[in-house]
Amino acid sequence: MVEAGAWWTPLAAPALLLGLAALAVAGDAALDARGAGRSVTPAGVLRPFLAVPRALVEQPRRLPASDRWLWRLGVVTVPVAAVLSTLVIPFGNHVAADLSVGVVWFNAMEVMTWAGLWLAGWGPNAAFSLVGGYRFLAQGLAYELPLMFALISAATGARSLRVSGVAEAQHGLWYAVWMPFAFAVYLAGVLAFSFLGPFAYPAGRDIADGVLGETCGVDRLLLRAGRWLWLAAGAAMAVPLFLGGGAGPWLPAWAWSLVKTLLVLGLLVWVMRRLPVVRADRYVEVAWVVLLPAAIAQALVPALVGLGAG
Amino acid sequence: MTFHLLLVLAAGLFSTGLFGALSQQSVVMIMMGIELMIGGVVVAVADFWHFLSPAAGGGQVVIVAAVVAMAVEMAMGFAVTTALYRARRIDMTDLAGDLKG
Amino acid sequence: MGVTSVVLLWVLGACALTGGVLVFTLNSMARVTFALLGSLVCVGGVVTVLGLPYLGVVTVLMMVMEMLIMAVFMIAYMMNPAGLMPMSMLHNTRGALAVSGAVFGGLVAGVFLVPWPGRTGRRPEDTTFQVGAALMGDQMLTMVTLGFVLLATMVGTTVLATRRGRYDRFGDDLDQRPGEGPGGGSGRRPGEDPGGGSGRRRAEGPGGGGAGR
Repeated sequence: MVEAGAWWTPLAAPALLLGLAALAVAGDAALDARGAGRSVTPAGVLRPFLAVPRALVEQPRRLPASDRWLWRLGVVTVPVAAVLSTLVIPFGNHVAADLSVGVVWFNAMEVMTWAGLWLAGWGPNAAFSLVGGYRFLAQGLAYELPLMFALISAATGARSLRVSGVAEAQHGLWYAVWMPFAFAVYLAGVLAFSFLGPFAYPAGRDIADGVLGETCGVDRLLLRAGRWLWLAAGAAMAVPLFLGGGAGPWLPAWAWSLVKTLLVLGLLVWVMRRLPVVRADRYVEVAWVVLLPAAIAQALVPALVGLGAG
Repeated sequence: MTFHLLLVLAAGLFSTGLFGALSQQSVVMIMMGIELMIGGVVVAVADFWHFLSPAAGGGQVVIVAAVVAMAVEMAMGFAVTTALYRARRIDMTDLAGDLKG
Repeated sequence: MGVTSVVLLWVLGACALTGGVLVFTLNSMARVTFALLGSLVCVGGVVTVLGLPYLGVVTVLMMVMEMLIMAVFMIAYMMNPAGLMPMSMLHNTRGALAVSGAVFGGLVAGVFLVPWPGRTGRRPEDTTFQVGAALMGDQMLTMVTLGFVLLATMVGTTVLATRRGRYDRFGDDLDQRPGEGPGGGSGRRPGEDPGGGSGRRRAEGPGGGGAGR
């Protein structure tokens, strides 16, 4: 049984998320080092975190005619939405808020990234940033609907929108096993809303880092942290949705949650480094012509199984 | 009292939207007004459902219909604006007066 | 209804109204869009506090996506999208003010004069289940109608807004590979008639400014 709303959970959830995101960054740096043929050393793994103190003391940059309010709002929205989304994700036997519509809540928070990134692109009054913001919207139109149907598949199978309910409904057989397509689409969606790896198009090098390009100092730190926080949140959400939550033999529930989350996170970090960046207009076509019909067919499977079970 | 105040809020949103829909020239801004009006309707329906007949599912269905109406209105509005803009390079209602019929 | 809920409703209501007024007073189109978004998110919050969490959160979700799409069109079609040169794009302000004022007065009078009935029935435990059961039971016809409306909208908007069909991308016999560029055309520009057989396609070239009419 999942216990909700202990006083320390709203503090523990962001801390845990931050820790997972930091692990993902460190893992990425380690793979970087290995890919470059260097030996993986603690110093090399910790190198990306040097950006944190550097960002904190950096001179703020002022741009002509920038919309500072909207810019700031957008930059803050991305990490804050990531943290808010974790409130409904059970970790072991604990969850900060076990909302009856947890799955929809997660989706709504994820959609907030659309607003955040578009604003982050619009705010600085710079062409490349704005192009980056528009790119994310185009990408969003592509990944969002298949992702929604993946979430709906899990919720339909469990007959519950409560995240802990979805986790509990998978006694014995994980949804990842009998809804593999929904799981894959969900993982692709995670990479897309954290705009990393193949979906780094909004922050592409061809447009000088796009939405990240004009930011500096704390703003840049928040936005870049936001991507990794979203990656960690998406990995954590995959566990109750598709991998049976904290259920497992021998170990306590929290340990199973942690192990599964780390495995998913590791898989995502590994995969995202091996794929080239996809142009949004190409992904839109794949998403609407192939992924969306297939995702609807996938959602039909748990519906029919549920109907058959009565 | 909360019931009445929420209805006043709904009336306020509806009237603000109506003002916008009537006074704005740009098609896009007119649609913003209409969105606001439907937002007022949503508040009113949720209020009625909660305070008058929470046992009836029909009240919730009206909200679903209102939200769908918002989406349809926006999609159609932008499609028409796009077609209008392609054909004539305009997006103002006053310049498309000859479409009256 | 507890004190917390009432206070929340007050705050959300005030924010919704403020956002609504800002929509028609701000200059920057981006700010206008996000004022409307703020207002509608508060509407979603009010719906949630009134005991309909599913519809409230879905409203928020939909409005965020919708307003972002709207922002794209706002920036595309409005002159002066950033509001750097304040200007007015209103017509018949006084009339509109009179009409909307009268409507508001009438509605408020109605709110306080109508003898509202008392509450009948009890709220179910799970309101999400209630709306689902209603949509799949008694109100099935409504749901089916909404579905058809949405389908018609999708087809209609695509037909109205699209400039190129698949024949422009894949060639007349649908046997060519689309080009490399964004949108992937077959190298043929819309409006350029390769001769014969495609007279039904409307001629609207980029920059054509209504040529071909």
